[in-house]
Amino acid sequence: MATNKRIDEPTGTETVGHEWDGIEELNTPLPRWWLWTFYLTILFAAVYVVLYPAWPLIDRATTGILGWSSRGALQEELINEDQARQAFRAELAEVEVADLRDDEELFRRAVAGGEAAFKVHCSQCHGSQGAGSQTLGYPNLNDDAWLWGGTLEEIHYTIEYGIRQPEDNARRQSAMPAFEGILDSAQVAAVTQHVRSLGGEAEPNANGAALYQQNCAICHGETGDGNRQLGAPRLNDAVWLRGSSTAEITRQILQPRMGQMPAWGERLGPATTKMLTAYVYSLGGGEEAAPQPTDRVPGETAEVRPAGSENSDG
Amino acid sequence: MQAEAALSRTILWGLLAFLALAVGLAAADAGFAAHAAIVGLVCLSLMITSAAKFDPTSRLNTFFKVPESPSHYDDEPIRWGVIATMFWGLAGLAAGLFIALQLTWPQLNVEPYLNFGRLRPLHTSAVIFAFGGNALIATSYYVVQRTCRTQLAFPGLARFVFWGYQLFIVLAATGYLLGVTQSKEYAEPEWYVDLWLTIVWVCYLIVFVGTLARRREPHIYVANWFYLAFIVTVAMLHVVNNLSLPVSLLGAKSYSLYAGVQDALVQWWYGHNAVGFFLTAGFLAMMYYFVPKQAERPIYSYRLSIIHFWSLIFLYIWAGPHHLHYTALPDWAQTLGMVFSIMLWMPSWGGMINGLMTLNGAWDKIRTDPVIRMMVMALAFYGMSTFEGPMLSIRAVNGLSHYTDWTIGHVHSGALGWNGLITFACVYFLVPRLWKRERMYSLRMINWHFWLATLGIVFYAASMWVAGIQQGLMWREYGADGYLVWSFADTVAAMFPMYVLRAFGGLLYVSGAILMSYNIWMTLAGKQREEKAMIDAAYDPEKDRPITDPEPTAVPAE
Repeated sequence: MATNKRIDEPTGTETVGHEWDGIEELNTPLPRWWLWTFYLTILFAAVYVVLYPAWPLIDRATTGILGWSSRGALQEELINEDQARQAFRAELAEVEVADLRDDEELFRRAVAGGEAAFKVHCSQCHGSQGAGSQTLGYPNLNDDAWLWGGTLEEIHYTIEYGIRQPEDNARRQSAMPAFEGILDSAQVAAVTQHVRSLGGEAEPNANGAALYQQNCAICHGETGDGNRQLGAPRLNDAVWLRGSSTAEITRQILQPRMGQMPAWGERLGPATTKMLTAYVYSLGGGEEAAPQPTDRVPGETAEVRPAGSENSDG
Repeated sequence: MQAEAALSRTILWGLLAFLALAVGLAAADAGFAAHAAIVGLVCLSLMITSAAKFDPTSRLNTFFKVPESPSHYDDEPIRWGVIATMFWGLAGLAAGLFIALQLTWPQLNVEPYLNFGRLRPLHTSAVIFAFGGNALIATSYYVVQRTCRTQLAFPGLARFVFWGYQLFIVLAATGYLLGVTQSKEYAEPEWYVDLWLTIVWVCYLIVFVGTLARRREPHIYVANWFYLAFIVTVAMLHVVNNLSLPVSLLGAKSYSLYAGVQDALVQWWYGHNAVGFFLTAGFLAMMYYFVPKQAERPIYSYRLSIIHFWSLIFLYIWAGPHHLHYTALPDWAQTLGMVFSIMLWMPSWGGMINGLMTLNGAWDKIRTDPVIRMMVMALAFYGMSTFEGPMLSIRAVNGLSHYTDWTIGHVHSGALGWNGLITFACVYFLVPRLWKRERMYSLRMINWHFWLATLGIVFYAASMWVAGIQQGLMWREYGADGYLVWSFADTVAAMFPMYVLRAFGGLLYVSGAILMSYNIWMTLAGKQREEKAMIDAAYDPEKDRPITDPEPTAVPAE
C-alpha cells in the first residue's frame, strides 16, 4: 500500500496511499484547535460529574459535591417566592374585602396577583381578557352589567361560593321556569316581542306586556330592571348574555339555560379569592357599595344577603 | 418453463391475497383490517401482474434496467430508490407545509383523518424514514459497490429490501391517518409493522455486509464504516424500543414492555440515536463519498475520520437523556445525557471539517458548481445544528428552550439544512450517472433550488428561534409582585406572526423540491436545457492581448 503514497499538489500534504473509486485520503494531522477543544469538553464533563449528581451506585447515585438536585432547586425557589409574598399576604388577610381599595399599593398588588390567578382558573370560560362568550353564555366581566352585583363584596361572594352549586343550596341559587307547555306559541311570541321592546329593539304590544307582568315581572321587574338578589338578568339594556334576536329570546323563554360557576373560596384560599375579587373589580365595571345600615346581620340566602358581611373566613 | 413459473407465482400470490383478506375480515379493529386490506391489495396486484400474458412492467423495466456492459454495477434498485426518495420527499415536505399552516390557521384541521395530531407523525416519518431512508438505502447500494469494486452480494434480497421498505412506509403512513399508533415519537407504527421492518432491516444488513465481504479492495472505505454503524445501530434501537405485547394477534393495539420513566428513557435513547445514527452517521456516509467525488479532491484527513468516527459512535449513544431534563428521570441520568452531549460537539464537527476541508484546492467550485454549493451549505448547517445541539442540552439552556419552538427550529436547521441539502446534492450527482445522461437537464435550476432551499431554511430557523425564545421567556415571566404575567393562550397568540413566517420558509423549501423534480423529470426524458453556462466571470477576447501601440501612453505616477 505504502507505494501508492504521493504528495497532493494543491495542499502539499501526503496521501495515505489508499484509493477507492478515485477517492484518496490525505494524511493531515488532527487540527490542533479541534483536538484541544475536544479535550476541553472532556475536562468539563469530568469536573461536572464530580460537582453534580452523576454516578449511579447500587441503590442511589452520587449527589455531587455541590449538593444540587432539581427537586431541591425547585423547592428553594418556591420557598423564596413564598417568603417574598409573606408580608403582602399577611396584609391582605387583615383587610376587609370592602376596604380593599383603601390602600392603593395593596390594591395594585392584589390586582396583579388576581390577574395571574384569573389566567389560570377563570380564563377558560370568561376569556383571558374577561370578555366572556355570548355563544356559550359566559358573562363579560369588563362591562358594568352584573347578574349578581358588582361591588367588591358581591364579586367576592360570587367567587367564593360560585353560582348554582348543587351542594350549596343556600347561596346564589335561582332557576327560571321553562315556559314550554305553559305558554302557547302565540303567547311566547308576544312575550318575546315585549322583552325585545324593553330595550327598544321591537315595538311594544299590549298582550305581551300583560303576559310579562303575570309571568316574568316577579323576577325580572316590572320595567325589566332585573333582580340581583336572584341573579335575574336586566332586560331593558343592550347587554344580552345569550343574544337578543327573537329566536334566541324565544329559546331562552321555552327552555332557559342558566349559568353555573364553581365555588373557588375553599379551593384557592382567602388570599387568592381576594386578589381575584380585586382584579375582576378593576376590569372596569366595579361598583361602589351603597351605604348600608350598620346593624344588619349577615344572611345566608341570596334573598336576604346584605353587602359587607362575607369577608373571607376560610 | 417460464409460463409454469408465472403460473406458480400467480397461485402463490393469490393464496397470500386470500389470506390477507381473510385476516382483514377477522380483524378486531378497523386499523388492522385496513392494513390487512392493503397487504391483500398488494398481493392481488402482484397476482394479476404474474397472471397477465404480457408483462405490464416490461416498459418500466426498460426504463429502470438500462442495458449494461458485461461488467457493471447493479444499479436498478438504486434507480428505483432515487425515484422513491423524490416521491416521498415531496409527500413529506407537502405534509410539513400543511401542518405548519394548520398551526397558523387551526381551521385547516380536517377531523378526524387530517388533523394535526395524525398528520404530524405522517410528516416526520415521511421525511425521516421515507425520504431519508430511501436516500440512505439507495446511496449505500451505490457507494458500497463502487468503493468495494464489486456487485451487490444478493441482488434478489437487495430488491426485496427496497420493496419491503416501501410496504413498511405505506403501512406506517396509512396507520397514522387511521389512528393506528403506539404513541412513541418517531416509532409510532404498531407491533406488526415493526416486525415487518425488522425483517426488511436484517435483509438490508445481510446485503450490505455480504457486499463488503466480497469486496475487491483491501480496505473498507470510511463511508462504509458509517453506513454499517447506521444499519447495525438502527436495528438495535428499533428492536429494543419497540418491544411490546399485542393485545390480540388480529388487532393493531399493543402495550410497551416498559412503563413510566423507564419507557421515557428507552424512547429517548431511541429517539436521540435515530437522529445520531440515522440522520447523522448515515448521512455522513453519503457525505464521505459524494463530496470528494463531486469536488474531485482527496478526503482532508484520514486520521480525523478515524478519531471522529469512533468518538462519535461511542459518545452519541449516551446522549439521549438530555431530552428528559427536569422530568421524573433521576438527576444523575440527566447529568449523564448532558455531559455526553457536550463531549459530542467536536466529534460531530470532525465530519464537518473533513467535508469542508476536502474542498482545499477546489474552493473555486463553489462559484461554478451549484451541487458543490449545496454540499457546502449542507455541511455548514450540519456544523451549526451540531453546535446548537450540545448547547441546548445544557440544563440551564434547556430550562428555557425545552417544549418551545426553539427545538423545532433546531431540528429543522439540521433536517432541512443538513439532511435535505446533502440528499438533494447526492441525487443531482446520481441522476445523470444512473440514467447515462451527460448532465442534469439544467444546472441553473439547481442553482435556483439552492437559493430557494437556503432562503427557506433561513426563514424557518430564524422565525423558530424568535418564536421559541419568546415562548420560553413568556412562560417564565414573573411580574414585579411574583406572579406569572402570561397565560398559555397569550403565548400561543403571540406566536402567530412567527408561524406565518415559518410556513413561508416551508413554502420556499417545497418550491425548490418541486423545481428539482421537474429538473429530474426532464433529465430522465433525455433533454438538456439551453442555458448560459454557470461560469459567468466576464471574458472579452478583444482586451485579452498585449498593447502593440508604438507610443507608450501609460505614465507612471510620480
